[in-house]
Amino acid sequence: MKKVLLWGGLVLFLAVLGVGLFRSQQGQLKIGKPAPDFELVSFDGETYRLSEFRGSVVVVNFWASWCESCKPEARDLEAAYQTYGPRGEVIFLGVDYVDTEPEALAYLEEFGITYPNGPDLRTEISQAFRIRGVPETFVIDQDGLISHLQIGPYSSLEEILASIDPLLE
Amino acid sequence: MNVNKKISLGLISLGLLLSLFSPAFAQGSEPTDDEVNAVARQLYCPVCENIPLDACGTAACEQWRGIIRDKLAEGWSEDQIKDYFVLQYGDRVLAEPPARGFNWLVYLVPLLVIAGGLVLLSFGFKRWRNGEPVRSPSRRSGGEQRSEKADEEYLRRVEKEIEARSRSQK
Repeated sequence: MKKVLLWGGLVLFLAVLGVGLFRSQQGQLKIGKPAPDFELVSFDGETYRLSEFRGSVVVVNFWASWCESCKPEARDLEAAYQTYGPRGEVIFLGVDYVDTEPEALAYLEEFGITYPNGPDLRTEISQAFRIRGVPETFVIDQDGLISHLQIGPYSSLEEILASIDPLLE
Repeated sequence: MNVNKKISLGLISLGLLLSLFSPAFAQGSEPTDDEVNAVARQLYCPVCENIPLDACGTAACEQWRGIIRDKLAEGWSEDQIKDYFVLQYGDRVLAEPPARGFNWLVYLVPLLVIAGGLVLLSFGFKRWRNGEPVRSPSRRSGGEQRSEKADEEYLRRVEKEIEARSRSQK
């Protein structure tokens, strides 16, 4: 009986460790797989849920005000939003990762960003998307599948448009 | 000085003494770096894992320490500040994870390991006190038994050799 309890405890302990390791070692989300659903409460207090945008292309950009490499792409993302904005075919959502609100708002103002942005509360969105850092951008197609993953900043507006346009044809 | 005055004076002195050690700060007063770091060392920023907030030099951690300073100046307590950070960034920012869900393992596993070790030690100690061998000869491996036989054979040959030499010397 003692042996059964000992071995049972050991197996349970190893199983828990294994699950934890597996979860921590999971790589990036795969292209063509469904994007995890999430709810973003913007700095304006509006609530956005990814699943409500089925039928539209959604661009989810993870950024932070302390992130130097996020800055070069900030204006290009806003320009891309302005390019598609009026047609409503492409939704842009900015997820502010591990940031402080005053600095985040100053950042949005500095780069003239007008599309919805909000904090990643409890880092739940970034954990669901398994990001490794910022900036990272996910382009999600009309069916909710990930069609493009940009690790690091986009280098130009053209590069952003090139990752979106094929989905609108 | 009557008794009431003495009591009042005593209470005032006690109040002043306690205020020196109070963790709360008056609103508007500027907290010192030590006071900020006392809270910061209980937090970890997810951007720079394994480095406590008080020792981390990144821009993100600098911002966090700024928030701690602001909250302390507003009169927030340590617990209120930690709750704020948990709400914003999740449980993983805490140096000591709250005892719920899987986090229980952090607290239970070391205790179980220590308890198991103590049980094993107590069994070993009892056997040792009773003079019981750790392993009985009957459970020795074949290799050990073979080695014992070889030793006996060797001793017998040495004894024979000594006997033969002593006879030849005579």
